[in-house]
Amino acid sequence: MDLTIDKDLDNATLTVTATFEHPVEKVWDLYADPRKLERWWGPPTYPATVVEHDLRPGGVVRYYMTSPEGQQHHGRWDVDAVDEGTRFEARDAFADADGNPVDGMPVTAMVYTFESTDTGSRMTSVSRYASTEALAQVLEMGMEEGLTGAMGQMESVLAEG
Amino acid sequence: MVVSTRLSDTEVDRLFHALADATRRDIVRRTVQGELSISRLAEAYPMSFAAVQKHVATLERVGLVTKVRHGRELLVRSERDTVERARRAIDELAALWESRVQRMTDLLDENSGD
Repeated sequence: MDLTIDKDLDNATLTVTATFEHPVEKVWDLYADPRKLERWWGPPTYPATVVEHDLRPGGVVRYYMTSPEGQQHHGRWDVDAVDEGTRFEARDAFADADGNPVDGMPVTAMVYTFESTDTGSRMTSVSRYASTEALAQVLEMGMEEGLTGAMGQMESVLAEG
Repeated sequence: MVVSTRLSDTEVDRLFHALADATRRDIVRRTVQGELSISRLAEAYPMSFAAVQKHVATLERVGLVTKVRHGRELLVRSERDTVERARRAIDELAALWESRVQRMTDLLDENSGD
């Protein structure tokens, strides 16, 4: 596994490129199969449960993550485009308990691409926020949802400026 | 595994350029303590209103300050806090993705016997 993460603060965009020694179909399945998706989307301390999964244009994927205290944090993807097995676009938003998007919360525009390589496959994930401010807001939300567990080491990165 | 954690060279160049000027550094310092109008800022420097406006625009482009309308006045506000929080947010999202990719790999390895 090889992983490259590019942080573009100006454009509030995070690009993740990961290579796997597994066929591209298997990597696509990690998203296309809700039972697989829920095994890696949330951290072990905040496991994800996928309650609705329609990975087609106009479809919705709804999920919640459960805190160690048993509290549920809901999210949803609104799927905008799907090129079966190779690419999809969706917007990831905070949702209420009924799965409706919550106004005023930061939305992540996500574009995923999947391709075969000589040794397996490559996945690229581009996550974009509306603005630097929206990105800054994620910090509070993320903290609240406990998505950002052992991040102590990030303080040193911050100190680097 | 390569994880780039620093600002890109372009970002650093732009930030350094914005902060390479004493007046601009002073504008950031003053607006950290509270919002100020451009005319109030202009009183502090031996230069024209337009020149101060240009400095503010340079700082605004790299996200060090923003302009907020307050009634008829346009106030300059330091965005140091926003920039810092945004940087921490992107760092934490990167760490989240790092752990996700690890879990994806584990899951793929586990299922590869299928």
